[in-house]
Amino acid sequence: MIEIDVRGLSCPIPVVRTKQAMDQNPKEDISVLLDFEVAVENVTRLAQSRGYKVVRTDTDDGYELSLRL
Amino acid sequence: MRDLPQQSDPNLIAGAEGYEDAGVYKLSNDIALVQTLDFFTPIVDDAYTFGKIAVTNALSDVYAMGGRPLTAMNIVCFPATKMDLSILNRVLAGGLDKLQEAEVTLVGGHSVEDPELKYGLSVTGLIHPDKVVFNRGCVPGDRLILTKPLGTGIISTAIKAGMAGEKAIARAVYSMTALNKKAAELMLEVGVHACTDVTGFGLLGHACEMIEGTEAAIIIDSSAVPYIPEAREMADMGLVPGGTTRNRCFREVMVDMEPGLHIFVSDILFDPQTSGGLLISLPAEKAGELLDRLHQEGIVDAAIIGRVEAGPAGRIRVH
Repeated sequence: MIEIDVRGLSCPIPVVRTKQAMDQNPKEDISVLLDFEVAVENVTRLAQSRGYKVVRTDTDDGYELSLRL
Repeated sequence: MRDLPQQSDPNLIAGAEGYEDAGVYKLSNDIALVQTLDFFTPIVDDAYTFGKIAVTNALSDVYAMGGRPLTAMNIVCFPATKMDLSILNRVLAGGLDKLQEAEVTLVGGHSVEDPELKYGLSVTGLIHPDKVVFNRGCVPGDRLILTKPLGTGIISTAIKAGMAGEKAIARAVYSMTALNKKAAELMLEVGVHACTDVTGFGLLGHACEMIEGTEAAIIIDSSAVPYIPEAREMADMGLVPGGTTRNRCFREVMVDMEPGLHIFVSDILFDPQTSGGLLISLPAEKAGELLDRLHQEGIVDAAIIGRVEAGPAGRIRVH
């Protein structure tokens, strides 16, 4: 599982960082830490368009998206 | 501005109180001034193209009122200590070329040191006081024409992300640098009830402004709305601007989306536009004529995208 933290970054950077992680680790699951809803929606859409299963967990200080192949 | 006291002036035809695209001030029974100002940060990488977009965008507010822009002044914020002055020269050259195409005279400008490049213009034009085209004035039975495709917000976001293809960038730049001059001239010749230009609030945001507080309703046929095709793939990849969500949250209380529509319909109809097209409300019997003439003039993306109905008051339905 690859972990990336895009908290504090504004759109479209969370999508860009997540895509980079996907491109560099095409066979790995990815966990993404985010801190605002629009980024959660956008990263979810990126992941779904690339065939990942997305599991969302709301945490104390934001959100974690688990992107599973 | 809403917290400031309202001024009153008998010669003020359009001021800050409504959602009008530009201020209109009557000078005599035959002449009124049209004034507007807009500036922003770069939305494309090429400096010359950014200059052209900024001018096209700034002039648009005058065209949307039915006015004729005469003069303009540059507004420049520039980080002189960390950016090469040649970049600013390219921005201003692009702006001047677009002003010349529009037959508008640059009369000066002002620049300040700023951490981030910003460019725009203050534009002054003329209009006959009785021929101002307001954004209010839709009449039940009207058809709505949109003159440019949507999607420039999504593509600008993709450019920022480094994920926009050349074709997508070219289409967006073509649209954002296309003057609304000819479309406005044709609209005045044919005769219309209302007009606004589609910018930061997205198509639905500006459509809401046309009918908010009135008895009229608007029906949008989402399948007829022109958009830049590449925008769909980019939205599906999550390249949706933050402004889309703000636009949706602000206006969703006025909008009824038919259940089952793809999420992209909401993405594109709330997509914040830069230098967008005119949204024109006109009698149904004139809509075909205006559309034909727009197409003949090369404004090929223009389309009839909806209609105005007698109610329910202030509602927009998208199907």
